[in-house]
Amino acid sequence: MYTLNTLPGDDVRQIMWRFAERFDLQMVVQSARQIARGTVATLVAQGARASHEWNEQKGQLLEAFDQSGLTSLFMDPHQGGFIEGPKNLALALVAFELSWVDGGSATCSLASNLALAPIHEKGTPEQRDYYMHRATPPQPGEDREIWRGAFALTEPLPYVGVDTGVLVGKARVDEWKDGEEPVLHVEKRGRFITNMDFAHFVTAAVDSADDRIQGSCMITLQADDPGTFDRGAPTLKMCHQLSSTRDPIISVKVPASRIIGGYEIKDGRIVPNYSHAEIIGAVFHRTRIPVGLMTTAKLLSAIEPVIRYHRSRFRGGEASGPGSPKFEMGLQQKEDTRQRLVDIWAAGEAGASLGFAAARMADEFDPIERQKETLLREQGCEGPRKQMAALRKKQAEALEYVELLFADAPDQARLAELEADALVRFSYLDAVLNVTIPATKLWNTGVGANFLREAISLMGGYGITEDCPGFLMHKWADSQLEATYEGPEAVQRMHLTVTMSNPVFLAALDKKADQLEASGRPGAAALAEGLRSWLWTHQFLASGKDAEGKKLLHRKRQGVSFPLADALCWLVSAISLMDDVAELIEKGPMNPTVAEGLEGLSGFYNDLAFVQVARATGEAGRILAELVYGFAAEGDTAPFAALRASTDAKLAGSRLAKDRASEALAGVMIPEALDYPL
Amino acid sequence: MSYHIVVCGSIVPDPLQTLTPVDGPQGPALKNEMMLPAVLDPWAGHALYEAANLAARHADCRVWLVSLGPKAKLQQVMMAVAQKAPFELVAVDGPASGFTDSFAVAEALAEAIEGIADLDRDKLLLFGGWQSASRGAGSTIQMVAERLGIVDQFQGVDQLNITDNGLEVLERIEGGSWLTSTVQGAPAAFGWATGELPEPPNNPQVGMMNMKTIMPALQKAKPAALGNGFGVNNVSLPQVVRETRVVKDMPVDDIARELVDWIQG
Ligand SMILES: Cc1cc2nc3c(=O)[nH]c(=O)nc-3n(C[C@H](O)[C@H](O)[C@H](O)COP(=O)(O)OP(=O)(O)OC[C@H]3O[C@@H](n4cnc5c(N)ncnc54)[C@H](O)[C@@H]3O)c2cc1C
Repeated sequence: MYTLNTLPGDDVRQIMWRFAERFDLQMVVQSARQIARGTVATLVAQGARASHEWNEQKGQLLEAFDQSGLTSLFMDPHQGGFIEGPKNLALALVAFELSWVDGGSATCSLASNLALAPIHEKGTPEQRDYYMHRATPPQPGEDREIWRGAFALTEPLPYVGVDTGVLVGKARVDEWKDGEEPVLHVEKRGRFITNMDFAHFVTAAVDSADDRIQGSCMITLQADDPGTFDRGAPTLKMCHQLSSTRDPIISVKVPASRIIGGYEIKDGRIVPNYSHAEIIGAVFHRTRIPVGLMTTAKLLSAIEPVIRYHRSRFRGGEASGPGSPKFEMGLQQKEDTRQRLVDIWAAGEAGASLGFAAARMADEFDPIERQKETLLREQGCEGPRKQMAALRKKQAEALEYVELLFADAPDQARLAELEADALVRFSYLDAVLNVTIPATKLWNTGVGANFLREAISLMGGYGITEDCPGFLMHKWADSQLEATYEGPEAVQRMHLTVTMSNPVFLAALDKKADQLEASGRPGAAALAEGLRSWLWTHQFLASGKDAEGKKLLHRKRQGVSFPLADALCWLVSAISLMDDVAELIEKGPMNPTVAEGLEGLSGFYNDLAFVQVARATGEAGRILAELVYGFAAEGDTAPFAALRASTDAKLAGSRLAKDRASEALAGVMIPEALDYPL
Repeated sequence: MSYHIVVCGSIVPDPLQTLTPVDGPQGPALKNEMMLPAVLDPWAGHALYEAANLAARHADCRVWLVSLGPKAKLQQVMMAVAQKAPFELVAVDGPASGFTDSFAVAEALAEAIEGIADLDRDKLLLFGGWQSASRGAGSTIQMVAERLGIVDQFQGVDQLNITDNGLEVLERIEGGSWLTSTVQGAPAAFGWATGELPEPPNNPQVGMMNMKTIMPALQKAKPAALGNGFGVNNVSLPQVVRETRVVKDMPVDDIARELVDWIQG
């Protein structure tokens, strides 16, 4: 039996989440943490969450973000930022640190970035320089206000929500003088728009209401534009009170040059270079990662306060004095309190592993995506359809790449050749990210919210009070919003419905199963069988029909595709945790601080991963069994029964792993008090 | 007048952690010491922020932070400290705990300071904490200064002003009073009490600049030979066990009453 000496510190996290070599990110973490446990925690403790209105007290948050560099984190150094290159991991780490204390503060820090994201992804160079510069804090010698932004897509009922296709926000030509820039009249009503109290500009999704404008676009509207910029009524939300949300009503006149990504004039019509759908696709691809990690951070933040509450539960009473088990261990004497906390911890770790893996891969993906764009443009493949056709031609090579990537002794020359082909690399990363990003948003928030409820239960009545250390009740309420905004769970399931059937992803998953099995690590064989069960079920549903002859796996049949997506999320999050534990065991010995407690850490994390594998394969198995048998579909289901039985049998030892992990939890040293106020 | 300010300061375990002395293979240590999160020694922190403030207000000043500590932990703490103020790091690898001899520590620090290539000793202001949160010996800075031949020394410093007459120093003395002294100029040594400045907010731009010297300094940090100046026979916790309570909104009078009750009881 091993001993877990302390809770995992920064050194451990840096190895697991792979930023041990990135001191820029380590500094960002420290910056965000200081704000979270200082300004943010104080605001929550002072009761700032009790009001729907944005006020001066909450305004301290923006000031803290500006001072500590978080406001300019999204920007490149030449725009006033300080991190070169892609920033997905950086933004994910910040969201994680802020949400450790309060999710609304993380929303507040991310919302301006969300407003800037359309400009960052698809804006013209002039638009980028104009808005990015204004959104950074003034440099020494400059005297100007910092511009904040809001992202306005969602519209009042009955319009845009989950379905973002039909927009009621409209753009018309107001004035178009010969040889001059057209002036547009834009009307947009928003619902639930974050940052709206203090936004200097919004990036709004609107459709054409004029023959002289083609299709939809996104456009920037500024508070000082001629017309009405009414910030509207505050949203009476019951969570994320440290962010500002209102329903604005905007009707302004703006030059057509505000269309994000620019436009062309064709046959006397304004043709935007990008539709609103193209832009939001590119934006949400990335911004959903930090949101998923917000719920995860809260789960992991619950561990220390729960342990402290359990240990000290009976101290001060007359029945037990120092030295007695009741005094020293309190509720931790009871096995169930420890084991349920192990479950919460394992789920938190899996979510973090999944989300940070997605963020890292997104950093890798950003430049490749740009290379792909350039390459395809050079080949004359413009527009989504032509691009898809060009990429489809690369599929065989992408599959070969997957084969080599997972091979024991690959042909290195060929691997390097494929690796150097931006389209092949794009196809692979795109296939994986198109599963891991929606999985992060869907699983981390939805399943995470359920586990947060469990954490509150472990605190008894204290859990549902405002005084509960760690603000657990607030955190639980907040997680419901994290599961909702930037696309609720249904949207992520719809996304996965399409992307989980990508042959490149399926091939990678298949190879991953073999790789896991070969690793011989605790739980790896069970997870491998779980993955094979999923793959078998996917194939069965994709080719089969139900007892009434209707197709099973079909975009319109959510009763099949949605649960299949849910099962996949359980499994991919467990894979990520297995990967990170392997990394810790491999790299830990090289770091002197981690090395000291590595035996305990590896023992504990191996056990935690096995616990998570048992839960994940169990959840997935239950869902898959319903899908395989539930439609009374024709076909031989014996292979599934065999795979399921084999998955179950390979769980041998998983409960012993939980016993050990829970025993370790009873001995772990925790700080004397929480490092943020109550 | 420009100054070369050398701040001596290292890390201590985060004060929120449970600090339990144990007997380790190399003598006494704190339980799980390597794994506990660390922070910049608060007394040294005050000295560093005062140094940076002074340097910002006077032309051509330079600030070095000389740290003797386990370099892996030092590196972690630098991720926060480097964002607070501009400085150049000189790192010496070795224990930063309270179980080393301040005599040996002073020797290692003085040697590291003597090795700073660009340091102009005529401009040297030696800064540090008047004591440390890990070992309140209150003797390290004095001994570093002696080794560097600095005879003008001040302890318990809360304020340092540069005037036309030289450096005006406010030192804590007994009975809750301050003593004002004036010293003509460098070199001089200052063991800081709390000073007057709050902890500066993080500024990642400053951090990125500092990292250019911090990472190389950590890589080439030499191990300190602290010798066996003294031995520790045993260590134990004080009789009264620390029990941290977090209480919200307690009036000052009630806190005072509780303390009096506790002392009397
Ligand atoms: C506090 C807060 C801040 C927000 N900030 C912003 C912001 O800054 N900018 C912005 O543009 N928006 C913002 N939003 C809006 C948010 O993105 C939307 O609420 C979200 O996209 C869901 O839209 P809806 O509420 O209209 O849900 P609806 O579209 O009404 O959907 C309700 C539910 O119906 C089901 N459902 C709907 N459609 C389908 C389908 N096709 N298939 C299966 N099930 C379906 C799902 O269960 C779904 O959760 C914010 C929302 C809140 C609450």
